[in-house]
Amino acid sequence: MTGNWILDLVIIVLKAAFLLTILLTMAPVLIVLERKISAFIQDRPGPNRADIFGFRLAGFVYVLADAIKLFTKENFTPSAANRFYYYLAPAISVMVALSTGAVVPFADSLTFGEHVVPMQVLPINAGLLWFFAIASLGVYGIVFAGWASNSKYSLLGSIRSSAQLISYEIPMGLSVVGLLMAFQTLELNKIVQAQGGLLNVLNLFHAGVQIPLANGAHLALGIPNWGIFIQPVAFVIFLVASYAETNRTPFDLAESESELVAGFHTEYSAMKFGMFFFAEYMAMVVASSIMATLFFGGWQVPFLDTAALQALSLPLVRLGLGSGAGVVALAAFGLYRFYLANRGRFGDRRDLEGLVLAVVAGGLAGLLALACLGSLLLTEMPVWGAVAFAAFAQFNAFFIKMFLLATTFVWVRWTVPRFRYDQLMDLGWKSLLPLALANIFVTGLAILLGNHFGG
Amino acid sequence: MKVARPTEAIQERVYLLELVKGLGITLRHLVSNLVSPRRMPIVEYPEKQKSFPAGFRGKHRLTKRENGDVRCVACFMCATACPAECIHIVAEESPDPTIEKRPARFDIDLLECVFCGMCVEACPVDAIRMDSGVYAIADFKRSNFVITKEELMAVKPQGLPD
Repeated sequence: MTGNWILDLVIIVLKAAFLLTILLTMAPVLIVLERKISAFIQDRPGPNRADIFGFRLAGFVYVLADAIKLFTKENFTPSAANRFYYYLAPAISVMVALSTGAVVPFADSLTFGEHVVPMQVLPINAGLLWFFAIASLGVYGIVFAGWASNSKYSLLGSIRSSAQLISYEIPMGLSVVGLLMAFQTLELNKIVQAQGGLLNVLNLFHAGVQIPLANGAHLALGIPNWGIFIQPVAFVIFLVASYAETNRTPFDLAESESELVAGFHTEYSAMKFGMFFFAEYMAMVVASSIMATLFFGGWQVPFLDTAALQALSLPLVRLGLGSGAGVVALAAFGLYRFYLANRGRFGDRRDLEGLVLAVVAGGLAGLLALACLGSLLLTEMPVWGAVAFAAFAQFNAFFIKMFLLATTFVWVRWTVPRFRYDQLMDLGWKSLLPLALANIFVTGLAILLGNHFGG
Repeated sequence: MKVARPTEAIQERVYLLELVKGLGITLRHLVSNLVSPRRMPIVEYPEKQKSFPAGFRGKHRLTKRENGDVRCVACFMCATACPAECIHIVAEESPDPTIEKRPARFDIDLLECVFCGMCVEACPVDAIRMDSGVYAIADFKRSNFVITKEELMAVKPQGLPD
């Protein structure tokens, strides 16, 4: 570590800004996805009318309209509310949602000579503990909101929610213990690094074959050493507990809009409500990224570790650009067909949207194809290019995993009905807790056996 | 009396398998609707509207004679039959010597109306009908829901001609 603290500070600020950008842009994307996926699941097309200059963008305009509405609505405060805590509650919710993500690594550490830059905002060795510590503060946002509003619906919602969050934190924490026994570290980047390579079965054999590449790198074909394959039971418990922790259906008893008006945020209007709304989606993103990190290998690209990515960077860049051009060209074709199928539907500029977007996508496909041809001229990848490509590919792998898990949140919400309160408590205390304890026991047994026979 | 509780099989009590089945159903709907959005059982409402069967009772209309005069003879049968008492008629003498009376005013309060169709049944000269097919009746002022004779005569029929 050199003494150049200004550079360190700039890097930390850049990483924090990057994380905030991801979280704040993923929230509206998930809101659109929520509306569209719920619509398609229920056999209807969902929001598809509002437009800006004829661009409807599959419902994204509605999120913009929502934001304008939430910012300009009357900022109502109930007269009997405790104003300090009433205003503090949404701030706590957003703060918790934003700061839990700080420990998630979104790529392998970058090495510039002696300078190692970890790709996480808060590279501490107690990363997982930070996540649990800050995430458990989230209950204060809901409890303050319910109590300070001085409304019985809000209070009922927040009482249910606090009991629920405390109950589900125990199986959540216990489910990770098995994983920690396997990886023997709390640092999330090290956990992800340990998930590279092939699945190690009881120290006896690896589930796959290693194909050697240039520069001592390996292509690992087989089942990757991901947390979900090492600890499948822990994954199920963690998944269920994270749905409960983020207050999503089937565990959204804090909101219970069919029984408690809107639960803990009944008395909140305008952007104060908007902050709760945003915090829910950002908490989903953070929970998905933690799940991706712990159980799906985080930034690990399947079959390729960092060294292999850097060794294979040139052919992979060509492949990526080529297939990217193909996919975007297909999208352009699809958009053109969408335009043809919907001609004259509205009788205004909205009808041309498909054509304009098809032309834009076609141009993008052409640019990607040109870049692919250009990459054929390169005979050797420069070192910085290989490092940058590896980081980019790893970030994309992380992002895709996180995005799919976040979509699963939406998918589950529109499939499963809400639990009754006693069912919720039964599931947490009588099913998940014993299961998590049994999982720890079995994991310990497996590690002992592995050390005895394989070691 | 003892009511036997329905028992659940073990795979239903575990819940996880049933959950996966449910997720499969929703995923099937999601994918099939993404692949072929035209098969969704929907009507793009303001642009396209469903047509209704002949017996559908929509907004009222007053039918006309060959020469365009109102067919109504102001006999008050509809106003008498009306259970909601939403029809208000003021009669006057008709200039035509073969016809005794005609309505000077014929107001229907659509907020009072229960759309039962008794007025149509009661009318002896087929002067009032509910075959317009108009069902989305909305306005910003209560007073605009009281429709007059002229407005009733201007309503276009959906089904049979006059």
